[in-house]
Amino acid sequence: MPKIKIEDLDRISEEIRKATLLREGAGRAKITVHMGTCGISAGAREIMNTLLVEIEKRDIKDIILATSGCAGLCSKEPMATVELKGKAPVKYIELTPEKIRKILLEHVLGGKIVKEYVLAIGSERIS
Amino acid sequence: MKTYRAHLMLCAGTGCVSNNSFRIKESLEKEIKKHSLQDEILVVMTGCNGFCAVGPIMVVKPDGIFYQNLTEEDIPYLVEEHFLKGRPVQKLMYFPPKEKEVIPKMMDIGFFAHQTLIALKNRGLIDPEKIDEYIARDGYRALAKALTSMTPEQVIKEIKDSGLRGRGGAGFPTGLKWEFCRKSPGDEKYIICNADEGDPGAFMDRSIIESDPHLVLEGMIIGAYGIGANQGYVYIRNEYPLAMKRLEIAINQARQYGLLGENIFESGFNFDIRIQKGAGAFVCGEETSLIASIEGKPPEPRQRPPFPAQSGVWGKPTNINNVETWATVPTIIFKGAEWFSAIGTEKSKGTKVFSLVGKINNTGLVEVPMGITLREIIYDIGDGIPGGKKFKAVQTGGPSGGCIPAELIDLPVDYEQLTKVGSIMGSGGMIVMDEDTCVVDIARYFIKFTNDESCGKCSSCREGSEALLEILNRICNGEGEEGDIILLEELGKAIKDASLCGLGQTLPNPVLSTLQYFKNEYEAHIKEKKCPAGVCKALIQYFVDKEKCNGCLLCVKSCPQNAITGQKKEPQTIDQDKCIKCNMCYEVCKFNAIQKR
Repeated sequence: MPKIKIEDLDRISEEIRKATLLREGAGRAKITVHMGTCGISAGAREIMNTLLVEIEKRDIKDIILATSGCAGLCSKEPMATVELKGKAPVKYIELTPEKIRKILLEHVLGGKIVKEYVLAIGSERIS
Repeated sequence: MKTYRAHLMLCAGTGCVSNNSFRIKESLEKEIKKHSLQDEILVVMTGCNGFCAVGPIMVVKPDGIFYQNLTEEDIPYLVEEHFLKGRPVQKLMYFPPKEKEVIPKMMDIGFFAHQTLIALKNRGLIDPEKIDEYIARDGYRALAKALTSMTPEQVIKEIKDSGLRGRGGAGFPTGLKWEFCRKSPGDEKYIICNADEGDPGAFMDRSIIESDPHLVLEGMIIGAYGIGANQGYVYIRNEYPLAMKRLEIAINQARQYGLLGENIFESGFNFDIRIQKGAGAFVCGEETSLIASIEGKPPEPRQRPPFPAQSGVWGKPTNINNVETWATVPTIIFKGAEWFSAIGTEKSKGTKVFSLVGKINNTGLVEVPMGITLREIIYDIGDGIPGGKKFKAVQTGGPSGGCIPAELIDLPVDYEQLTKVGSIMGSGGMIVMDEDTCVVDIARYFIKFTNDESCGKCSSCREGSEALLEILNRICNGEGEEGDIILLEELGKAIKDASLCGLGQTLPNPVLSTLQYFKNEYEAHIKEKKCPAGVCKALIQYFVDKEKCNGCLLCVKSCPQNAITGQKKEPQTIDQDKCIKCNMCYEVCKFNAIQKR
């Protein structure tokens, strides 16, 4: 470890914060991959891996990746839910690595919902 | 640093470590690997999370799910359910005693929701052994600000304006203390971080160092710049191996980055820090004894003046502050005196860290704004007294402090208010007592402690504590005499007046404050030979309430003396000659049929 200058504080911060931002729970967007048994057997792990690779490759900093249980619609797995900050969650169905890549680029980064893969916008109510 | 989708913030403070958190880490990593999740999920060992009562603790980020009381056996299920399948595990979440449902998220738990963090701002959020993680949380920016845009005088002014007062106990204004040392003639000056935390039940300083050692270092470097010191010491108890290890790592990292050593941030300012291991004497918390100990002499206090600011280590001007004080400095410099002084009361600014222990549901480490009431700390954060018992008193300030009774529960906590009721802020120990605690016994406990720890230099402290202890022992053994109370009061005042250092001057406080608020309990011990709380063995007898006893024989089985006899399904009897008052029958009885009188 060489000696650092004051400017280096910014560089180190930026580098580390990419990885530690999720600890603050304050991402710009959250992508939840549904990982019930049905999701996993339909290929949810591959969806998650694709996301991890793309996020690292594109140096995306403020996106939270989460998993959740079965969303209830097992026949349409793998599924994922995309939530942009302040917007209603959007559920995508029957995903493949290509589809999730497109969703990441167009919806998560671009803000435009990829309509052809969408199941629904919004979420069921929990009473 | 690699990107993961989840960080598991596993507590590695001393409390959780002694409950196996290192083994839990291994187990987590093994299971994560088993499910090929090692590139998605990272286990991070953090410092003390604070909620020690329910450790080992793990907080899952980004969701903020809080898991408690983890064991190695829980891990395979937890990893498969939550981290593979995304189903958080309810049975490992926090379950508030009075509620019907678990609280999944850390920030929704009352214990955390009512705290304001300055000295503990990074706890549980960083790996204390990684300097880069500290830097990413605005670490060393206050130092950069001080060295590039502030003169030493401006640094001192900022600390003075902030109203920060010493967190070690006495509450002396920190900025003023720095100024005395800066203005003292001499080129060679020293600063010391006092980490010789010795109060029974106190672990604030240990936890700060364990969870965020760089914060303490940064505070010290800024202070040294303000004061004009080039060498610092951290005087730390040898009983704190984990804190010491993390401090050593932090100092080495800071040296490698050039944050300690020569020409820090190319400012021309030189400063380095050495760790001095304490030799295990309580009196070393007193600054002149601590200085003597650093110099290799026996730890005995000496007359002041000269104050350490004039003549301290090796006869040079020296400034001593405690761990929490140093840890507060970077945030004041970074955010400004005005920001800091907006928190707290008129004369006590900012926050204070307390270790909340004793008869309280949520044992742990809390940081709260000055001026918060005892009620908020004990009930909103501490979640009240276990087992539905009544709150009786709280001891603040450890052996130097006093006992505050239940009727003062709405007292705002700051330096002045605590002094007014006969206690002190102290370093932040808060020992909660319920109705089953005998205040005479508590006073005796603290006097026994200070009597053991008296260095012996002043006869008032050495012999005075001995005499106090003797009287208290007599009272607890049922041999109290008329006039003992007056003797205790007079002796207490004499010890205060005649002792040289803080240890002696404050040691009678537990006796004097319990006498002030619970004189009737002393009288019951002396005149009626009764212990109202049912603690002092010589003054109580165990009886079976014949109405309540249904003859379940649980007490009979638990009695080590075979002192309880009777027929099954009939009320039992205790043979007073055999009974050794071990309290076992009282603890096992489910029908409140065992009574102490």
